[in-house]
Amino acid sequence: MTLTPVLAVDHVKKVYTTGTRHVEAVRDLHFDVARGELVCVVGPSGAGKTTLLRCIAGLMDVTAGEVRLEGSAISGPPRGMAVVFQEYGRSLFPWMTVRGNVELPLKEKKVPRARRTVLVDEALATVGLDHVHDSYPWQLSGGMQQRVAIARAVAYEPHILLMDEPFAAVDAQTRADLEDLIRELWARLRVTVLFVTHDIDEAVYLGERVLVLSNSPTVVLEDVRIDLPGERDQLGTRALPRFAELRAHVYGLVQQAKRGVRAVPADASPAGQTLQYERKPS
Amino acid sequence: MRFIRSIAIVTILPAGLVTAWWFVSLGSDNFFWPPLRDILGTVPSTWLEGRLQADVGPSLLRLAVGYLLALLIGVPTGLAIGLSTPLRQYCEPVFEFLRSIPPPVLVPVIILFAGIGDTMKVVVIAFGCVWPILLNSVEGARAIDEVLHDTTRIYRLSPVSRFRHLLLRGASPHIVTGARQALSIAVILVVISEMFAASNGLGFTIVQFQRSFAIPQMWSGILLLGAIGVTLAFVFRLVENRVLAWYFGLRRKQ
Repeated sequence: MTLTPVLAVDHVKKVYTTGTRHVEAVRDLHFDVARGELVCVVGPSGAGKTTLLRCIAGLMDVTAGEVRLEGSAISGPPRGMAVVFQEYGRSLFPWMTVRGNVELPLKEKKVPRARRTVLVDEALATVGLDHVHDSYPWQLSGGMQQRVAIARAVAYEPHILLMDEPFAAVDAQTRADLEDLIRELWARLRVTVLFVTHDIDEAVYLGERVLVLSNSPTVVLEDVRIDLPGERDQLGTRALPRFAELRAHVYGLVQQAKRGVRAVPADASPAGQTLQYERKPS
Repeated sequence: MRFIRSIAIVTILPAGLVTAWWFVSLGSDNFFWPPLRDILGTVPSTWLEGRLQADVGPSLLRLAVGYLLALLIGVPTGLAIGLSTPLRQYCEPVFEFLRSIPPPVLVPVIILFAGIGDTMKVVVIAFGCVWPILLNSVEGARAIDEVLHDTTRIYRLSPVSRFRHLLLRGASPHIVTGARQALSIAVILVVISEMFAASNGLGFTIVQFQRSFAIPQMWSGILLLGAIGVTLAFVFRLVENRVLAWYFGLRRKQ
């Protein structure tokens, strides 16, 4: 079970410097993501979630520490990483068709044409968009645009998929569909996913693990293991008592984070223990 | 039906003006304002017997070369400057100065090092056209979304691909605006440059007619220039509709 982590965030610190002012956004983040894991990162607004994601994605330099992808420290966006941004409307090229958008990174990777066609067709079919290949992104609804961005990431065959609050700007029903889509993709493709969100329910519903961040300057407040069944669905899973417990636990942590708590005493963390007697073999 | 109506809307005023000119000028015996009938009557003998190749051709060629040169220099330079805020701040005052120099005053200067041949005329046209293209390209590069820049970095697009797929396309609405302004400047400059030290070209020919009191021929040259301008604008519109189809669609949607 213990494999080399795909992603190692090793005591990362980020200080923004503007002129003579220094603002410490991230103090000390330290965690691993193993191959095939789906990890959610949740924290109060202003917790430096986006800073963290940009550091991991190589879009931003870290002040201290390092981010390693498959063992090698990154400087700049690494090979084998795809990112789905929150602003779907701004991350797709409006002058390219849906197909063109999904295909561009593959062309850049020098994937042969025949293989490219297969990958693009499959990716668009996976996200349920096989009928809009030749449409432009702006002709689609918000949820569909985000599906295109997900298809682009999937077709790229990344070793790790980063998602930065990808569903924050879509309506609630679309959001539920997209959450299930992510679970399904993750289960089927066994891709490693790091999913940043501010939504506690979403984090617990999606994740195998939830990292709760403190407020800025950020540290990891707690690494919560989500021991819900692997098969999840919007009604059943959310109705489970265990879901409610985990949700309450993470909610409590986020509230503490908002008050400025930076470390949780080991014995004040019941989530791991309650597991023993709550789960029934079924 | 809608097509016919839009054609009618576009043509009704020009047709009316030409008709009015025709009848008002019909009985004119003013030497400088000949009847339109006489002006049009001189067209075949003036233009169709060799001048199309001897004068109109060279003019159009100079226009094309100067205009394309301005595009080739202005677009990449503008995009590069637009990407860098410090570079833009350094360059802006210089550009403002250079663009406010009316290109015709440079003709005598350019003659000094480029001679009086085609090079001079092409340089004058390119110099006049480059500023609107360059300055609009700067704005176009600035207007490209940060998230799109991040996306091209994440998917590791090479500099060439980023230029082709992100910068050029993303800035194209602004570039087209600049190119449209530059096109009308190009028509003006081709005529002006041919009024200095030239031996052929439309501008040269029209001035020759005026100096030799061939007034109907002079007027026909002016009408021909207008027709060339309209045609170029029409071709430009066709290209624009193709290149910016995505942009017009996006705007209608918003």
